[in-house]
Amino acid sequence: MSSDVVPRFVNQPPDIRPPRARVRARKIAAHATLLAHGEPMVWLTGGSLVVALMMVAGLVGLVVSQGVATFWPTPLVQLRTLDGSVILGEDTRQETYKPSQRVFADLLEQIKPQVRAALDADQPLDRAGSVLGVLEPDVVKLALQQRGESDKASDTLVNSLAEKILAHAKRKLAADGSAVRRSYRTGNFEINQTHFRWVNDFAVLEHQQPPWALLLERMEQGRFYGFPSAFVVDDAVVATEPADVWNKFQEFHAASRQRLAKKVDLATDEVGAINRRAEALRLMANKVKLDYGADSPQYQLASQRQATGEQADAADNARIEAEIAELNRENNRYQMRFKTAEGQESTQVVADIVRAVPANQLTLAGKWGVYFSRWHEFLFDVPRNANSEGGVFPAIWGTVVMTLVMTLLVVPFGVLAALYLREYAKPGLLTSAVRISINNLAGVPSIVFGVFGLGFFCYVLGAGVDRTFFPASYAANQPVFSTGGLMWASFTLALLTLPVVIVATEEALTAVPNSMREGSYACGASKWQTIQRIVLPRALPGIMTGTILAMARGAGEVAPLMLVGVVKIAPDLPIDRVFPFVHPQRSFMHLGFHIYDVGFQSQNAEASKPLVYTTTLLLILIVATLNIAAIWLRGRLRRKFVSVQF
Amino acid sequence: MAIPTQSNVRTDLNMGASESGKPLPTAFSPGATVARPTSVNRLEKITRGEPVSTEYHPAVLKETPVLEVDRFSLYYGAKKALHEISMLIPKNKVTALVGPSGCGKSTLLRSVNRMNDLLSNVRIEGDMRLNGDTIYHTAVDVIELRKRMGMVFQKPNPFPMSIFENVIYSLRIDGERRRNVLAEVCERSLRGAALWDEVKDRLHESALGMSGGQQQRLCIARAIAAEPEVLLLDEPCSALDPIASGKIEDLIQELRGAYSVLIVTHNMQQASRTSDYTAFMYLGRLIEYGPTPDIFTKPLLKETEDYVTGRFG
Repeated sequence: MSSDVVPRFVNQPPDIRPPRARVRARKIAAHATLLAHGEPMVWLTGGSLVVALMMVAGLVGLVVSQGVATFWPTPLVQLRTLDGSVILGEDTRQETYKPSQRVFADLLEQIKPQVRAALDADQPLDRAGSVLGVLEPDVVKLALQQRGESDKASDTLVNSLAEKILAHAKRKLAADGSAVRRSYRTGNFEINQTHFRWVNDFAVLEHQQPPWALLLERMEQGRFYGFPSAFVVDDAVVATEPADVWNKFQEFHAASRQRLAKKVDLATDEVGAINRRAEALRLMANKVKLDYGADSPQYQLASQRQATGEQADAADNARIEAEIAELNRENNRYQMRFKTAEGQESTQVVADIVRAVPANQLTLAGKWGVYFSRWHEFLFDVPRNANSEGGVFPAIWGTVVMTLVMTLLVVPFGVLAALYLREYAKPGLLTSAVRISINNLAGVPSIVFGVFGLGFFCYVLGAGVDRTFFPASYAANQPVFSTGGLMWASFTLALLTLPVVIVATEEALTAVPNSMREGSYACGASKWQTIQRIVLPRALPGIMTGTILAMARGAGEVAPLMLVGVVKIAPDLPIDRVFPFVHPQRSFMHLGFHIYDVGFQSQNAEASKPLVYTTTLLLILIVATLNIAAIWLRGRLRRKFVSVQF
Repeated sequence: MAIPTQSNVRTDLNMGASESGKPLPTAFSPGATVARPTSVNRLEKITRGEPVSTEYHPAVLKETPVLEVDRFSLYYGAKKALHEISMLIPKNKVTALVGPSGCGKSTLLRSVNRMNDLLSNVRIEGDMRLNGDTIYHTAVDVIELRKRMGMVFQKPNPFPMSIFENVIYSLRIDGERRRNVLAEVCERSLRGAALWDEVKDRLHESALGMSGGQQQRLCIARAIAAEPEVLLLDEPCSALDPIASGKIEDLIQELRGAYSVLIVTHNMQQASRTSDYTAFMYLGRLIEYGPTPDIFTKPLLKETEDYVTGRFG
């Protein structure tokens, strides 16, 4: 059979093209096609996301870059400037500005006496030479020749030389007349009455990093910058060479610090215990007085016991004070003498030096060492120097404890409320009204919650608690629970975050398919069994989402806390090693408030600004950690309870 | 008495049913029923809202009933969804409810275990009796009542827990803790639902990871775990592919004889293959109720014939 026999149409696709002549292309406007294809929408939505991401990245980037760099040791710079001053410090920031004529006029006036002094000096090439070093040699020579004519240089000569020097300095300005000035952290507050100095770049004559410049971080009065000149033990100088002084310092520093730590322990723990004991006795006597009257035999007995107790305490106190005095005396034996850049003498007690950093001699490893040592102090120590230095451990502790207590309060409360709203309440006007009210609650300014917390929790509930359980303290007008504290702060924030939990839980409950509830009822389960075994487990991931949101909201909240228990400095932690270990009535520190306090309430705001960034970074990290933990938990629950099927 | 004798007019299949002497429940002698004018189209009468009587094949009346529906009416608000339905569900047989969408099959089924209680605007008249015990009485504990029945829904609805926990759910809520009892019930139910061999190695994995057909058979296993007196299946195959549907149908075949099954289905082939008795409903009325072969081959009414042969509905 030849292939010709096979009909031709067998392997040909059927002609499905529509006849051309009959189909008229519909006229479609260009913009309609564009919209239909959705291109602009892609750009709009994508653009919104990009803007949002940029803002987040900018904020986080700023906080991270500034916060991470805070503790890195920077070189110590010694500068000599046209105005005749010498400073030693760290370059902290710089800015470009247009100096006014006034700046130059002032500078000129500051140069003149130096020129005159140089011309008057016996050794012109000493100090004068370096001042005039900015000028050309023949100008100097001319000036020296003129000096030979009379004892004193004429005003015109001084003026012209000073103006020449200024003109020389002005050449360093940018073409548009703008100058760069830097802020140097110079410390030595007790000498200079300032922590920072602005220096114009064009006025700098000499710039060096002296190897033996030392940075001291001290317990009080902030940082000190200077050159070690002597190490003193018992008023006797044992070393004068900087390297020897440094070695001596390292030899005695650790022991001195240990003695100081011991002293602090004694002063807080032991004296604290004595004070608590005395307070308990006093309150007991007060209570007996309240119960039986001032001239009852019981009160006699109680006051007698109080007196005996006080005697014993006084003995204890004397012993501890003697111990402290001994430690102080021992610590005062070791001192270091310094010379500041300006040439002043200063003596520092070794024990009061937290950290000495020879910043210009540090190797890279040494720099990392200082960096981590500072981080360690920041994370695990208490603040010092009016919160502007030291650590934030009490604030971390307070934030975490407060957030967790708040979560423990708000989640069961909110979930139960949402359960009633969604599972039990009959849908209707009242239910809708309640739901709307809860949503509106989320829009109430947080400070209002603080006022409510103070007015209701502290002054009403707290007073009730005090009247009932602490009558003696109440009578003595010593608030226990009737003032701000961890518990009331947690209550207040629980109230603040309640709408978040309720709304999220309600949504999670709504998302549980009704078929599951019906299946459970059909098996003969009661309503509560169905909720407990089917609805709640299925809704748990959604409830966790609400918890995460509430936690993030609560941990970052500051305003209401200022009213209900957060304070600048609270050395006693809300959970510690002292019986009964949990102290819900104590006021506490909070990172959010710490940021506000350090950044805006500090006397030395400029110096503590980097700490603000670091504290912010820390708060973000803590919130992120709490969130990640909750998200991980939610992921596990979701894998367990929810599938992609149906 | 009136109904079977009336049906004798049309067919001699059940000749002698009236002479059997078996007393019929009072509900099956509705005195108000008007004489059936066979010439009038019943569907038109129903649309006009006039009462129509039900055609009962005598065979259904001879069976021992597990469930009696006694002049049962149901209202959604003001709308009457079920009109004085009376029927006997035979024990250990499969009874299918068929009819066009919205005819009230599912409503009737869900009324049996009072699932309609969950809706707020439902009102009922009449009664149902499960093995002689009333279902609709204020004194009835609905939770105890539901434990006597098993129900399987349109869409598989396994619970968010392990396969094992799913099966023994009804025992768990009764507080059963003995491990050997639970394990035994689990195995028996899964074998009963023809699922044991497929899942015996992953009993403690989530039930949500199973295929749709497996999930539906799991729901059947869950429903039979509590040894129900009647098993209610509400279109159990409508969300499944043909192969999974086939497995469910095979399963229903296996359950026949051991369980009393009431099944709602849209699928005529399924009804004819799986059920012993078939009830045809239309707009809230029970039109005809008889043995499945008769309903599909020799129905008493032309309307039934039209429906089962696909001429309307």
